[in-house]
Amino acid sequence: MTSVRLGTYSMRINTIGYCLKQGLKNIWRNKMFSLASIATMSACIFLFGLFFCIVENFQYMVKEAEKSVAVTVFFDEDIAQDQAAMEAIGEKIEARDEVASLRFVSAEESWDEYKDVYFAEAPQLAEGFAEDNPLANQAHYEVYLKDVSMQSGLVEYLESVEGIRRVNKSAEVADILTNFNMLIGYISIAIIILLLCVSVFLISNTVTIGIAVRKEEIAIMKLIGATNAFVKAPFVVEGILIGLIGAAIPLALLYYLYRELVGFVSGQFNILTGLLQFLPVNDMFRVLLPVGLALGVGIGFFGSFFTIRKHLRV
Amino acid sequence: MIDLENVTKAYATGVQALNGVTLHIDKGEFVFIVGDSGSGKSTLIKLLLKELDPTSGTIKVNGINLNKMKQRAIPKYRRKLGVVFQDFRLLKDRNVYENIAFAQRVVITPSKEIRKNVPAMLSLVGLAEKYKSYPKQLSGGEQQRVALARALVNRPNILLADEPTGNLDPKNSKEIMKLLETINERGTTVVVVTHNQEIVDQMKKRVVAMHKGVIISDERKAGYIQHAN
Repeated sequence: MTSVRLGTYSMRINTIGYCLKQGLKNIWRNKMFSLASIATMSACIFLFGLFFCIVENFQYMVKEAEKSVAVTVFFDEDIAQDQAAMEAIGEKIEARDEVASLRFVSAEESWDEYKDVYFAEAPQLAEGFAEDNPLANQAHYEVYLKDVSMQSGLVEYLESVEGIRRVNKSAEVADILTNFNMLIGYISIAIIILLLCVSVFLISNTVTIGIAVRKEEIAIMKLIGATNAFVKAPFVVEGILIGLIGAAIPLALLYYLYRELVGFVSGQFNILTGLLQFLPVNDMFRVLLPVGLALGVGIGFFGSFFTIRKHLRV
Repeated sequence: MIDLENVTKAYATGVQALNGVTLHIDKGEFVFIVGDSGSGKSTLIKLLLKELDPTSGTIKVNGINLNKMKQRAIPKYRRKLGVVFQDFRLLKDRNVYENIAFAQRVVITPSKEIRKNVPAMLSLVGLAEKYKSYPKQLSGGEQQRVALARALVNRPNILLADEPTGNLDPKNSKEIMKLLETINERGTTVVVVTHNQEIVDQMKKRVVAMHKGVIISDERKAGYIQHAN
């Protein structure tokens, strides 16, 4: 016999089918309340998804911005021409956890970059230095961090390394980005918690009404010898289904809206593309879809489960 | 089968519903419990269903002491009892077939057996044709027969009937009683609570009379046959 363990009760597959059917019936019989809960649930999950998209995109943009924030490391003069010594230091830096990537810029490259910027209109002036690179001691590493907030720790370390003359950093940019990231995080957590509470309350309300409507039916079930699990299961199914439907609708809507919006913004405002890096819609929904659905199901389950526990103490 | 030993039940309101009731019902018996309203007969049924607990005294059913029964064991215990009520208590949104199948679903019977048992029960109570009807479309007598089928489909060894003919006319009452007798003949212990004196007189069974929470008489009518199984 096929059976599934459900807590201490074992239920057969056809019993699970029965509970599913009853759950669906409950939703149908209680149409207006179910609809109201699904609608509010949808609104909550929609808002959640919206914030999620905004937060994810901000973080994505911040991450992109972080990539361009680098710590620049210059060497002591006695080793600035010594390729091997510089490479040894490079290896040390690369071994650090905070470091995402490392770029070695030789003295020649430095001079080339400098020329491009400052002698672009009069390249012949730069020719005078051809044999004698004025930046001969300016070979350096550009160190890119995994996370801007780790900058100060790394700088402290770099300054202690022998052979390093100077460490250039942009502390302000790093601080602003870090604080901004945290602020967005806190705001979104606060809003999400609020929305969760509202959703749980709504589901709980729907289930309470469902129980009141079916008081007689529940009494009959109890007299016939239904276990508590059997009485409760349809209500839990009802809650989960409401949660699932209430999550699926806004997620589908968000998917469509997000895809259109990103396409529209990238198409219409070409200038912004360098500035605003949107997370591609599929990357976004690879996370948002399971999180959103799990949230819907979770709210539905807890909302109904604890309500039944409260109202069906028999 | 059913043993009450000096059972007393006082409600929180101070009403003394049962006062030192001692009653033994054997396997296969057909017993009427009669009395006016307030005599304590409904309380007795509630105690047997373990909807209530006695204030003092012990109740044993099927050899199980109800006083010591744990909360979680109650569903399993109730499955051994069939119950019918004056107001039928059918599920109004389900048809006759579903109402009876419901009792089997509750005790987790495989679908295959449900499809076999429900029609058998319906023909026993004489409603084989009406399996698609809804309670609203049935007469009182028919509804009570559906309730009986539901009570019996899980093959209980005890059937408790609380005023089963209270809402029925004499003709229907008689038919329901006939059914109860048939069920008793098949080996089920039947306990009927009623104040319908006419029916009690016709049936010639054991009659326990109660008044104000006390058993005032317990007699077997002439011609009484006990169907022990």
